[in-house]
Amino acid sequence: MTNARSRHLVSGAMIGLTYLAAALATLPLLFILFHLLVKGASSISLAFFTHMPRPVGEPGGGMANAIVGTLILIGIASAIGLPIGIGAGLHLAEKKTTPLAHTARFLADVLNGLPSIVMGIFAWEVLVRPIGHFSALAGGVALGAMMIPLVTRTTEEMLLVVPTSLREAALALGYPKWRTSISVVLRTALAGIVTGALVAVARIAGETAPLLFTALGNQFWSTSFREPIAALPLQIFTYATNAYDELHRLAWAGALVLISIVLVISLAARFVTRSRFGAPVD
Amino acid sequence: MTSLPVDWLEKEKDRRTLRVDASAFSDKVYEALTAACALVVPGLVIAIAVAVFAAAWPAFAKLGLSIVTTSDWDVAAGHFGAAPAIFGTIVSSAVALIIATPLAIGVAVFLSEFSPTWLRQPVGFLVDLLAAIPSVVYGLWGIFVLIPLLREHVMPFLRDTLHLGATPFFRGPAYGPSMLAAGVILSIMALPYISSVSREVLMAVPRSQREAALALGATRWEMIRDAVVPYARSGIIGGIMLGLGRALGETMAVTMVIGNRPEISASLLAPGYTMASLIANEFSEATNDLHLSALMAVGAILFIITLIVNAGARWLVWSVSRKRAQ
Repeated sequence: MTNARSRHLVSGAMIGLTYLAAALATLPLLFILFHLLVKGASSISLAFFTHMPRPVGEPGGGMANAIVGTLILIGIASAIGLPIGIGAGLHLAEKKTTPLAHTARFLADVLNGLPSIVMGIFAWEVLVRPIGHFSALAGGVALGAMMIPLVTRTTEEMLLVVPTSLREAALALGYPKWRTSISVVLRTALAGIVTGALVAVARIAGETAPLLFTALGNQFWSTSFREPIAALPLQIFTYATNAYDELHRLAWAGALVLISIVLVISLAARFVTRSRFGAPVD
Repeated sequence: MTSLPVDWLEKEKDRRTLRVDASAFSDKVYEALTAACALVVPGLVIAIAVAVFAAAWPAFAKLGLSIVTTSDWDVAAGHFGAAPAIFGTIVSSAVALIIATPLAIGVAVFLSEFSPTWLRQPVGFLVDLLAAIPSVVYGLWGIFVLIPLLREHVMPFLRDTLHLGATPFFRGPAYGPSMLAAGVILSIMALPYISSVSREVLMAVPRSQREAALALGATRWEMIRDAVVPYARSGIIGGIMLGLGRALGETMAVTMVIGNRPEISASLLAPGYTMASLIANEFSEATNDLHLSALMAVGAILFIITLIVNAGARWLVWSVSRKRAQ
C-alpha cells in the first residue's frame, strides 16, 4: 500500500516537473521580447526609418540604409531560392522513390542543419574572392542557397497532402502532366507553399554570419547589387559590440525592428495556412 | 454507314498525334526542369565542399594536422593552432545540451501527454518561436541582459554559495563573457529544435502502448518512462543531435558572449573561443593569405563535423518514422 502511494507521489512529482519545464522554456522568449520592447521602443522614431547613420556624438540618425539593404538581400535570395526550391519540391513529390529524389531529400535535410557561416565561406570563395570585392549579390546568393533546402522540403510536404484523385481527374480530362502539376496540384497546395516560403524568408532575414563574408555592410546609401550593402543584422552586430551607449540604443532599436519583421512574417505564415485548412471541407 | 473521307481521316490522325507529341514534349521539358531543380540540392552540397576545401587547401598543405593538434594561435608568428577553438566548440555545445535536453524533453512530454488542451497551442508556439529569433538578437540580449545577470548573481552563487569553486570547472574570477554565457545562450537556441522533434516522435507513439502500460497498473510517470520514451528513443536522440548541430555551428550569438580568447581553460567562468566565432571574428582583419586560409581550414573542419552530426540525426529521425509507417 505504501509502495503504491510512493509510486503515485513520484509520478505526481515528475508530472509537476514537466509543468515546470514548460514554464521555464517559455520564459526566455518572454524575457527577450520584454527587453527588446523596453530598451528598443524608446529609440524608435520616424527618423530611425528615414535617416542615415550619423557619426558617433551627433544625436539622432537612423538605419534607413540597413533596412533597405535587408529588403534587397531578401529580394535577391527569394528570386534564387523560391523557384529552385519549389521546382525541386515538385520533383520530390512526383518522383518519390528515384535515387535522385532520395538523395536530394536527405541532403536537403542535411543542408538545413549546416552552419550559416559555412554558406558564407562558400559564397565568398565563389563570388567574392574571384571578383575581388564584396557585393550585395554575393550576400543574396548565400541567403538564397540557404532558402533552397528549406523551400524544397516544405513544398514537397505540402504537395503530398494533395489527394491523388485530384491529379487523376485532371489527367483523365486530358491535361498534360505538367499542366496537371502546375494548375491543379500546385494551386491546391498554394497556401501551404506560401507558408513554407514565408518561413524561409523569416529565417534568412535575420541571418548575420553569411553576410560578414559577402555583403559586408555599408555605412553609406547603396542599392547596387555589385557594391557592398548594409543590412539590419550586420548593423546590430556592429553597434552592439561597440563601446558607445548611443550605438547600443540604436542596436536595441534595430533589433526591435528586425524581430518585428521576423515575427510579422512568421505570424503571416501561420495565418495563411490556418485560413486555408481551418475552412470546412466539403 | 457513311465512311469518312480518307484524306480527312489522315489529317485528323496527324493532328491528334501532333497534339499528343506536343504534350509529351512539354511533359519532358517540365520533368527535366524540375529534375534540374532537384539536382541543385546535391550539387550545392558538392559545390560547398569543393569551395570550402579549396579555400582551406593552402593552410592544410602548409600546416598539416598542426591546425587541429596545437593550441598556439599567433598570427604574427605564423602559428595557427585551433585546438582552443575546437575545445571551446565542444565544451560550449556540451553545456548547451546539458541544460537544454532535460528542459526540452520535459516540454515535449508536457505537450504530448499532460498539457491541458487550451495550453498546448500557446506553449508550443512560444517554444517554437525561439527558433525564429535571429542569432544576432540573442547575442545583443546576451551582452546586455544575460552577461550582467551571470556576473552579478549566477556565477558568484555557483562558485561561492554552492562551493563549486572548489572544482576546476567554476574556479577563478567571474568576467562575464565566458564559456558559461555561451553555453546558456546556446541552450536557449537549441531548445526549440530538440523539443519540436521530441514532441513529434512522442505523439507518434501508438495509443495502445500507453493503454497497455496503464492497464498493467503503471502510474502515468511509469507509463512515460517504461512504455512511451523507449518507443521514441532514437527519434529523441535524433532531435538532440539536431540541437547539437545547431549549437556547434552557431556563430553570432556565441561570438558576442564568449569573450573570444584562444586559451584552453577548464573553468566555465573563463572566456573562450569557438571555431565559428574564431572565423567570424578574425576574417575581416585577416592580414595574409595563410591566415585567411587557416580560418577557412577551421571552417572546413566545422563543415565536416556538422555534416556528420546532421546526417546521423536525420538518419535516426527517419528510422523512427519508417518504423511508424510499417
